[in-house]
Amino acid sequence: MRVGIGLPNTTPGTSGRLIAEWARRADAGPFGTLGVLDRLVYASVEPFSALSAAAAVTERVGLATMIAIGPVRGTAMLAKQAQSVQTLSDGRFTLGVAVGARRDDYEAAGVEHRTRGAVLSEQLAHLRAENADVPILVGGNSGAAFSRMARYADGYAHGGGPARAFASAAAKARAAWHDLGRPGRPKLWGQAYFALGDADLTAKGEAYLLDYYAFTGPFAQTVAAANLTTPRAVKDLVRGYANEGCDELILLPTVSSVDQVDRLAEVLG
Amino acid sequence: MRPLRVSVLGAGPAGLYLSLLLKKAQPAHEITVLERNPADATYGWGVVFSEETLGALRDADQASYLEITDTFARWDAIDIRYRDRTLRSRGHSFSAIARRTLLGITQRRCREVGVRLEFGTEVTDPSTLDGDLVVAADGVNSLIRRAQDKVFGGRITPQGCKYVWYGTDLVFDAFTFLFKETEHGLFQVHGYPFDEDTSTFIVECPRHTWESAGLDKMDEAQSMAFCADLFADELGGHELKSNKSLWLDFPRLVTKHWHSANPDGSRTVLLGDSAHTAHFTIGSGTKLAMEDAIALAAAVDRHTDLGAALVDYELERKPVIDRFQQAAASSADYFERVSRHTGLDPLPFAFNLLTRSGRIGHASLSVRDPSFVRAVDSWFGTAGESTTAVCPPPLFTPFRVGELVLRNRIVQDTPGGGLLLVGTEPVTEDGRRTPSDGLKWTAVLESAQGAAVGLRIGHAGRRGATREPVHGVDVPLPAEQAWPLVAASPIPYGPRSAVPRELDAEGMVRIRDAFVAMARKAVDFDLLELDMAHGFLLGGFLSPLTNKRADCYGGDLDARLRYPLEVLRAVREAWSKPLSVRLSVTDWSARGTTPDEGVAMAHAMAQAGADLIHVAAGQTVPEGMPDYRRGFLTPLADRVRSEAGVPTMVGGYLTTLDEVNTVIAAARADLCVLAPPDREWTTP
Ligand SMILES: Cc1cc2nc3c(=O)[nH]c(=O)nc-3n(C[C@H](O)[C@H](O)[C@H](O)COP(=O)(O)OP(=O)(O)OC[C@H]3O[C@@H](n4cnc5c(N)ncnc54)[C@H](O)[C@@H]3O)c2cc1C
Repeated sequence: MRVGIGLPNTTPGTSGRLIAEWARRADAGPFGTLGVLDRLVYASVEPFSALSAAAAVTERVGLATMIAIGPVRGTAMLAKQAQSVQTLSDGRFTLGVAVGARRDDYEAAGVEHRTRGAVLSEQLAHLRAENADVPILVGGNSGAAFSRMARYADGYAHGGGPARAFASAAAKARAAWHDLGRPGRPKLWGQAYFALGDADLTAKGEAYLLDYYAFTGPFAQTVAAANLTTPRAVKDLVRGYANEGCDELILLPTVSSVDQVDRLAEVLG
Repeated sequence: MRPLRVSVLGAGPAGLYLSLLLKKAQPAHEITVLERNPADATYGWGVVFSEETLGALRDADQASYLEITDTFARWDAIDIRYRDRTLRSRGHSFSAIARRTLLGITQRRCREVGVRLEFGTEVTDPSTLDGDLVVAADGVNSLIRRAQDKVFGGRITPQGCKYVWYGTDLVFDAFTFLFKETEHGLFQVHGYPFDEDTSTFIVECPRHTWESAGLDKMDEAQSMAFCADLFADELGGHELKSNKSLWLDFPRLVTKHWHSANPDGSRTVLLGDSAHTAHFTIGSGTKLAMEDAIALAAAVDRHTDLGAALVDYELERKPVIDRFQQAAASSADYFERVSRHTGLDPLPFAFNLLTRSGRIGHASLSVRDPSFVRAVDSWFGTAGESTTAVCPPPLFTPFRVGELVLRNRIVQDTPGGGLLLVGTEPVTEDGRRTPSDGLKWTAVLESAQGAAVGLRIGHAGRRGATREPVHGVDVPLPAEQAWPLVAASPIPYGPRSAVPRELDAEGMVRIRDAFVAMARKAVDFDLLELDMAHGFLLGGFLSPLTNKRADCYGGDLDARLRYPLEVLRAVREAWSKPLSVRLSVTDWSARGTTPDEGVAMAHAMAQAGADLIHVAAGQTVPEGMPDYRRGFLTPLADRVRSEAGVPTMVGGYLTTLDEVNTVIAAARADLCVLAPPDREWTTP
């Protein structure tokens, strides 16, 4: 299993300088991939823009959306953005897409929410036909999401949670893959949040998660409580995911301070 | 945790046990339990516990553990009385206790440690409950949960059979399942002892049977008399006892969230049945309620922040509950449809029952009761002749289909199993899925290593002319490389798919003849399979979603079956060896083929000469709602096998030999397609 790190594109107070420096350090560190989140109605840097910035200052590290909300973009635009990051990074890009969890993102984009699944399928069919060289991951938990993944993607992007939850989703992904007659097996990517530092810093991380997930109601507390705030917690989770056959685990930051890259690198050692 | 004021609504097992544990850990907590019933009034009779739960109870509170286990009825056998025979399986370790006794013990312990208990207090307005923490332990119809339905997101649906919970003075010496055939349908009893002189006696039957027997119109006394009469032989003079025992639907409850933060800073948490239920046929509700209490009390003790404690509690318990609810669903479904298994011999019937929820399989049952599993293996190995001969596990028993004898029950698309099944081989050029479709037959046949070799043949229909599956399936070829498609109706398959031409009369003859021609050519194969699944050409005729024809090949199920059956009959005439049909027995899609229709289709195929149904599902349309997990097709194969009365082959992501042994021994299918990932077995 490879371990990746998230770019701070949705954490409070991010900046161009931070993202560039973060990407440089990650490129020099033990990380497989730089991942970004996508949220329209939230103070954040648009994911393809963030990855473009990262592409410009890195040589080696992979770049991935974990995930981009496909349907809030027009299909041709989505394909263009994906292809652009692929070109800017000389082929280091992986496109993770899903329908996302927030209705207001759709409202803001002026896109119908009801048809989001069908639209995502159309986008995937388009990407597969027109942008054959961009690896694709699909996320989501419904049966429809798993079959969409197995039909069009190279692998599955899991939304986070304990290793047990990942394992159960991974079994579904493999079952769907087999059912659709795909050769080999799906790539399996996971993600989790972390904040490494003193109590002040981890409190900031928690506050961010409560805010970012406020729309889910009480679930926000669940996400915040799962934030990995000790080296031990990080190591346990990494081991748990590796045991369940995860190919790439992206650890997403919850605070905008660049020393998180070094601290995480040290823990992973 | 700082001292808390806690209001607990409901003095069932969940509420009482939590209060006890909280107070024990932190005597400064002020805890009040409110219960509408008097202290000694309760519904129901005995409840069962497993070994695992007992360990947790011992660690949580030694004093109540000793008292509870002291009054326990303990036994290790399961009796299955079916067709005048009783089969006994041992090694299961059950313990049971009267609900009344359990509550009595926990009430006493609560008083000892200083929990305030207020009985006879019905709460009608949850906002009158105050404290830092309000605990909803008020059962499945929880007032607290319903008052904040938006926050907790609870959903109740009836699950399984109609049931009524009696007691009896007949003391069983095993967990006892009784099955009774009547003119109205099958009734079954779940009986188990819970003290020296009483047993639980739950009677259940499907709703239609219940109505047909007129039980919907009977009162409490009449119903009990009916049941006592029905099971008079088994009761042998003993009585049934009612405790406000009425026929009920089991309410399956799932909730999205188990806790909330209130505007005044206090918190509310759901516990036990108010958060979730698990069908009583896996007998786990009380155990889950008490384990919830243990987890919550421990989390409160561990954390300094109450909110964090509740999050932790939910995180720990949800996955466990999910697993039990999945098993409970399988079990409830099993009992609702168990009458379809009455064609099975007692041994496979019993094995099927014991493995119904997926929590026990062939391997784990072998550990609990090796002699029972040996009998099952022997029954399989000798085709029902003996239950004592020493035989290998069921997957290694040969399977006969027509003249062909497969050496074991494993089917794979690479050599190694009993049947090497390859394909789908397109019967015509325009029936290819991808440009490279088409196998090298000689190479396949030579690679078989002694296994039988089957060839699946088909026509891709509207799923044709797509790219190689390396980067996805159903991605159409660029227009200049594609060929024209045909289908039952001119509806494209997925996004960007070409619109197929409606197959005309001439085309139907051409393709039928191509199936026959390929069957004739395939003489060197041992088995032929027709692909009628997954929305390919023939499957497209079967589904109302994809067949909109106005001629005699479209319309009701008989009309939709017409062309596929014509093809099947024509092939049957040209092919004398075993013939299999791969069939999507449900579309997993609104207004599509339902499993009931799927069973009818399978039956029609068998009538028309199919020897075997290879059970598949979905893919008829790309936007279906499949339920992917390990063994996701097994329940469907079971239905087809028992209801259509035809041998079945099933895949559905079976990856271990134990799964295969379990499926085969339970007679849910006759052959299993093993998925590649964990291919860890070797031939004996
Ligand atoms: C037929 C059947 C068989 C079962 N067999 C088993 C078994 O073998 N093993 C097993 O483990 N489980 C079994 N169960 C499940 C088990 O009974 C429940 O899961 C368990 O009782 C749940 O405990 P609880 O404390 O959450 O809720 P409950 O036991 O339902 O307790 C809720 C309490 O809250 C009180 N209450 C509710 N509303 C109010 C109000 N507004 N004001 C005041 N008080 C209120 C009620 O009077 C009740 O005492 C079975 C269930 C059924 C239906």
